[in-house]
Amino acid sequence: MDMKKEGQVRIPSGCAIAAVISKEGRRMSGEAIINAMKPMHDRSNGLGGGFAGYGIYPAYKDFYALHMFFDSRTTRKECEAFLKERFEIVFSELIPTRKIKAITDEPIIWRYFVSPLSSVYTAMQIDEKEFIARTVMQINAQMDGAYVFSSGKNMGAFKAVGFPEDVGVFYQLEEYEGYSWTAHGRYPTNTPGWWGGAHPFTLLDWSIVHNGEISSYDANRRFIEMFGYQCTLQTDTEVITYIMDYLIRVQGLTLREAANVVAAPFWSTIERKTDPAEQEKYRYLRTVFSSLLITGPFSIVLGFEGGLMALNDRLKLRSMVIGEKDDKTFIASEESAIRAMEPDAQHIWAPAGGEPVIIQVKDGAFE
Amino acid sequence: MNKIQANDMDYKALNEVLRTDQTETYLSGCCGQRFIGAGMSNKAITIDGIPGNALGAYLNGAVITVNGNAQDAVGDTMNDGQIVIHGNIGDAAGYAMRGGKIFVKGNAGYRAGIHMKAYKDKIPVLIIGGHAGSFLGEYQAGGIIIVLGLYEDDRPIVGNFPCTGMHGGKMFLRSTCSDIHFPHQVTARELHAEEKDELSAYLREYCDLFGFDLNTMLDAPFTVITPDSKNPYKQMYVQN
Repeated sequence: MDMKKEGQVRIPSGCAIAAVISKEGRRMSGEAIINAMKPMHDRSNGLGGGFAGYGIYPAYKDFYALHMFFDSRTTRKECEAFLKERFEIVFSELIPTRKIKAITDEPIIWRYFVSPLSSVYTAMQIDEKEFIARTVMQINAQMDGAYVFSSGKNMGAFKAVGFPEDVGVFYQLEEYEGYSWTAHGRYPTNTPGWWGGAHPFTLLDWSIVHNGEISSYDANRRFIEMFGYQCTLQTDTEVITYIMDYLIRVQGLTLREAANVVAAPFWSTIERKTDPAEQEKYRYLRTVFSSLLITGPFSIVLGFEGGLMALNDRLKLRSMVIGEKDDKTFIASEESAIRAMEPDAQHIWAPAGGEPVIIQVKDGAFE
Repeated sequence: MNKIQANDMDYKALNEVLRTDQTETYLSGCCGQRFIGAGMSNKAITIDGIPGNALGAYLNGAVITVNGNAQDAVGDTMNDGQIVIHGNIGDAAGYAMRGGKIFVKGNAGYRAGIHMKAYKDKIPVLIIGGHAGSFLGEYQAGGIIIVLGLYEDDRPIVGNFPCTGMHGGKMFLRSTCSDIHFPHQVTARELHAEEKDELSAYLREYCDLFGFDLNTMLDAPFTVITPDSKNPYKQMYVQN
């Protein structure tokens, strides 16, 4: 039987997210973030788990790390020929995995550390990052059987069909060290779940883990596709990733402004703001980017170079708590997950709906 | 007293042990196990650690004490008994509860007391010591919700949109609520002098549990919120 992919079938259905970051830029193995997912086991159904780690490739930090799935050796060879026309491939290898009973039917999983050929992107009159983004879109939309699931510098996503704690063991995440980690356990709501459809969804160094089901998906997709993004997976998280890239990298908004676009306050709440400048800013963002308002339940963690941003939908239809210990900040769908990472975590609190929480590694410490 | 180390137990195994014939149980090392004490009667459970979602769901007379925080949907649809939380509580506390009491020393998340209801002598009570998130008492159909705002922080006593869809029951907020916006279908007013005994009755047990002084607690302005009509949907569909 052919496996049905995203969009070919609808499954009615929750999710689990967790994250940790060291504000001092101290690197942690992936073990703690795997442990975080264990008490939240029942929030997933085994149809997807994944992680993103930042600061994990210090030896190749100046190169884009492309993590890829291939359905066959032939596809890989074809894709590599395509890559060589556009990049200098500095190093490439199979991503090391562990054979375990809980994870089966894996595709061919490969990583490439690449440097874009300046002659190619200069001729296209675009910058390096835009070139990477377009290349990822081109492969994912047009190259059957090849899928780029991670494309940032000094970071990487690791995802699979399975429970997240098993996915972490499969990818040997205890062998990696990063200054921040995010994790996701999937309970697919609309799509069947295949390896590419697991979270995190990434583009460049952006990664998103998401618990929820956004009802504005199609409105958001139609808008974002006008700017060259191609939603290939029909999952709501993919579009959130592209919205963040568009608002922050392309439009130059701050993280907080981007949060105020996707989780904009209600007009009635804006009308009651007492600071006129603040009120005007909210009005402006809602008006200019009205098609990027994300409605429906979500709690997300956005990972990026040097930081994390946690955000709930404005109605806060999903749970999310935050805790701290020393230089570390923890984010999770449940306090139990934070306790699994750090039993003595302090200042446990829940941000309000639409209230972004941004944690950044102190200047330069992540380099 | 039966002592259980919950550390590596899943929720099914844990509730299995709780259901055996013990009147008092002390649970340590709890980490996210759901449905603890669900539907139980004639029992006292004390919890160290962090109990999972739906703690005391459908509780039917048992007493649950948590020496810390609790997660979402505590006391979901509880019928009778008491849940005491010595820390903060997550979202949707007391969801559709129809009897019994939930006492929270700290803060509550969003949607506390959503769809609480009451029937004859079944009058649920939810008391929150700190602040409550948005949508407090959403669709409240009965019962009593009290928020005390006891701790200084940068949050208002209740977030946005309290009492949305409220059509029964009563809410007491220990504040003048001058900056709180209530919907049209409710009346928010000062506490009447003759209501003080009613309020004291609810708060006495709470103060005893957490060691607060009742008189100090009462010596503050209270706002009372009630729906304008017991049946706001009258004649909306049929004459009733």
